[in-house]
Amino acid sequence: MRRVAVIGTGHSKFCFNSPKTSLEMLAEVSLDAINEANITPKDVQAINVGNVLGPFEEGQGMIQSFFANDIGCFNVAASRFEGACASGSMAVRDAVMWVASGYYDIMLVGGTEKCTAMGTGLATRTFAMYGDSRYEFPSGFTFPAVFALLAHLYAKKHDIPLAALKEQMAAVSVQSHEYAMKNPNAQIQKPITKEDVLKSFMVSTPIQLQDACPFSDGAAAVVVASEEVAKKLVKNPVYFAGIGQASSGKLSSQYKYLPRIYARELASQQSYKMAGLTPQDMDLCELHDCFSIAAMIAAEGLGFFEHGKSGEAWLNGETKIGGKIPINISGGLKAKGHPIGATGVSQVYEVTRQLRGDMADQGRQVEGAKYGIIDTLGGDGVLLSMIMTNQ
Amino acid sequence: MDYKLTWQEYNKSLKKDKLMGLKCNDCGNITCPPLMVCAECAGTNLEVIQMSGNGKIATFTTSYIAGEGREAELPYTIVMVELEEGPWIMGNLVAADPKKLTMDVIGKSVELGSRVFPGDKYSNGDMARPAFSIIE
Repeated sequence: MRRVAVIGTGHSKFCFNSPKTSLEMLAEVSLDAINEANITPKDVQAINVGNVLGPFEEGQGMIQSFFANDIGCFNVAASRFEGACASGSMAVRDAVMWVASGYYDIMLVGGTEKCTAMGTGLATRTFAMYGDSRYEFPSGFTFPAVFALLAHLYAKKHDIPLAALKEQMAAVSVQSHEYAMKNPNAQIQKPITKEDVLKSFMVSTPIQLQDACPFSDGAAAVVVASEEVAKKLVKNPVYFAGIGQASSGKLSSQYKYLPRIYARELASQQSYKMAGLTPQDMDLCELHDCFSIAAMIAAEGLGFFEHGKSGEAWLNGETKIGGKIPINISGGLKAKGHPIGATGVSQVYEVTRQLRGDMADQGRQVEGAKYGIIDTLGGDGVLLSMIMTNQ
Repeated sequence: MDYKLTWQEYNKSLKKDKLMGLKCNDCGNITCPPLMVCAECAGTNLEVIQMSGNGKIATFTTSYIAGEGREAELPYTIVMVELEEGPWIMGNLVAADPKKLTMDVIGKSVELGSRVFPGDKYSNGDMARPAFSIIE
C-alpha cells in the first residue's frame, strides 16, 4: 500500500445557530483545503462526506452529490459516511484506503453538521437513534445516560469515591475550556472553574451540563493524496502512519469489558501496529471527549494511563502541553464543539496543523511534535483510531 | 435461516413480565437480549429459554433530560442489571424517589417487571421495557 498524506485543510468556526447551510459551511472549508493543496476542484477524483442527521436538520439527505456539484467537482464519485459521531473519521479512513490502494491519487474528505437546527429535544431524540432502538431506547436511553452509567460503573470498579471522581471529571472540562480560548475555531471561548462545573445543571447523575459537549454547527475538510503526488504539490505533507476501525454491539452487550470500550482498544491496537509505534511514541492526542468521563476512559483505552488513573493525570496537568501526553489542545469536543459529522475531520485538521507547526501563532503549539493520534467514538459502536506523522 | 427469538416474540413475553433469552447448546453461554447467534461462540445451535428475571444492579443513572416526546417521564432511573444467568440488560428501576438514589444502590438484588413505552413517531410501534424493583 502507498503512503497517504493530508495536503490541504479547512475548518469553519464551530458555533450555535450558523446562518449558513450544512452544504455552504462544507463548501467554504473545502475550497480552503483545495486552495491550500495547490489544486483545483477538477483535480479531485472522489469525495467522502461525513454527515449524520441532515434529514432531520434541514430535510436534506444525500448531501454529498449536491455538495460535489456545488464546489465544481462535477460528476465525481461522492459517498456519504454515517457512523454517528465517528462519521467524519470513517470518511477519512476510507479515503486513505482508496488512495493507499492506488485506485485514486487525490480525494477530498469533508464533514458537516447543523445539530443546533434541531433544538435540544429533537437533537437528544435523534442522537439516541445511535443506541439500540429495540432493546435499549425503550428504557429512556440517551447518550448522557450512557456515559452516566459508565461513570458510576467506573467509580465502582476503580473504587474511587464519587466526589473525587467528580473533581477529576471537572478537571477535564476546565482544561478543555482553557485551550479552546486559544482556538479561534472553538465554539465556547470562556474559562470555567471546577466550581462552575460542579454547580451546573444535573443532566443524568453524575453527569452535569459542564461535563458535556455542546450541540454544534460546523464543517471541516481535508485533501488527501498519495505520497508521490503530495510531495509535488506541497512542502509539508502530513502522513497517515496507522489507521484502525472496530465495531461493538449495544451497550449492555459489552458487559464483560465495561467501562472500558473493547472496540476502541482494538481500533487503537490496529493503528499502533500498522504504524509500528506505541503510546509512548505519541506527542499529542485528540480524543473523543463527548463527556468528561468519556475522555478519561478514552485516554486509558489508548494506553496513556493505567485504568482508573487518568483523572489524576488531568488534575496534575499531565494532559497539558509539556505534560506526559498533551490531550485535546484544540479544546476538544467539550469546548471546540461537536458538529457530529465534522468532528473526525476536525480532529485530523487539528493534528495535521500541530504536526506542521502551525499553532504557534495561537499559543498552543506542541513543540517538536512528530506523532499524533486521533480517537473517535460513534454511538454505541463505531470506534476509529488514526496515527499521523510529519516524518 | 430463521431468527430464533425475534424482537416481536421477546417483546410479547416481556409485556407479560417474562424475560426470554437464548441458551447455546454448543458452549452453554446465555444470550439476552437475543441475537441471531450465540454472543460468545457465534454458533447457531440455540434454544429459547425463560430467564429468571432476577439479578443485581451493576450501574445506574437518574436522568433529568429526555428525548423529544418523553419529557413527561422525567426524572427516571436507568439501570444495567447483571442477570443471574450472566448477561447484563438495560431497564428502568422502579424507585420511590429516583432523586435520592446513591452509589449504594449498586449491587442490590432486583426482580423483573415490565412497563410499556407507547412509542413515538420514529419507533415502530410500542415497546416493552424491563422495570426492575429492589428486593428488600
